[in-house]
Amino acid sequence: MSEYLAVLIFIFVGAGMVLFTFFLARILRPHNPYPEKNVNYECAELPIGNSWIKFHNRYYIFALIFVIFDVEAVFLFPWAVAFGQVGLYALVEMVIFILILLFGLLYAWKKGVLKWA
Amino acid sequence: MGLIKKVPVYAEHVPGGGFVATQLESVLSHAQACSMWYLLFATACCAIELMCTGASRYDFDRLGMIFRPTPRQADLIIAAGTITKKMAPRLRRLYDQMAEPRYVIAMGGCTIRGGPFYYDSYAVEKGIDHIVPVDIYIPGCPPRPESLLEGCLHLQKKVKAQKLADWHEK
Repeated sequence: MSEYLAVLIFIFVGAGMVLFTFFLARILRPHNPYPEKNVNYECAELPIGNSWIKFHNRYYIFALIFVIFDVEAVFLFPWAVAFGQVGLYALVEMVIFILILLFGLLYAWKKGVLKWA
Repeated sequence: MGLIKKVPVYAEHVPGGGFVATQLESVLSHAQACSMWYLLFATACCAIELMCTGASRYDFDRLGMIFRPTPRQADLIIAAGTITKKMAPRLRRLYDQMAEPRYVIAMGGCTIRGGPFYYDSYAVEKGIDHIVPVDIYIPGCPPRPESLLEGCLHLQKKVKAQKLADWHEK
């Protein structure tokens, strides 16, 4: 039990340090908000609309499919460089690998993921 | 909030309070002067010298000068380069978006008085002190890194000399 007391003390000290820093910053910093200061930082341009915009759900699936081919490229480049040494076995392996990924793409295509509407 | 501003006022009523307030002032000013984070605001060839100052030969970091890409984290704008009429409101907006206390260094001839080459141009702002209050002017076209370092040392002197009550005025 006493070993866990140390953990508890660590948690309290850790949280206390954060709270103390916030408190210290609060009493130290000047407080002077005005509309020009509170505007969102958009590289010195005035922001258009709210920053809490909604991304379309499909965007994430697109990103996911992109990641598949990203990883494929990462494996393809070293494979292509070392192709002279590794021979036929590596070719077959890579074809199987690409076919598996291709199957994933065809599945997504069939499901209508690639239609943006 | 901003309680620190009132410390010198309260301290007067306590015996020895003035000493404490002065020491606190000098410690805080020293800390502030030795970590001036600057906003990357480089619009022309002075930026090359600014980059050179930030690199290993001149080593800006030893003065506590670290560049920030956002005004929210910056204490200082080093305006390096020509400010056109179109850029001027953006500079003002960036200055507005910084937290007080904030400082401005005008680096190079263009930011001081429109510059030696563009002075006759209708599109160039004739000095950024029309837009934002400037603390340090560094002449040159562009100023060498040594000049920029000297300007920053002068700014540090200025910051170290300031009073707690000045924090809100900036």
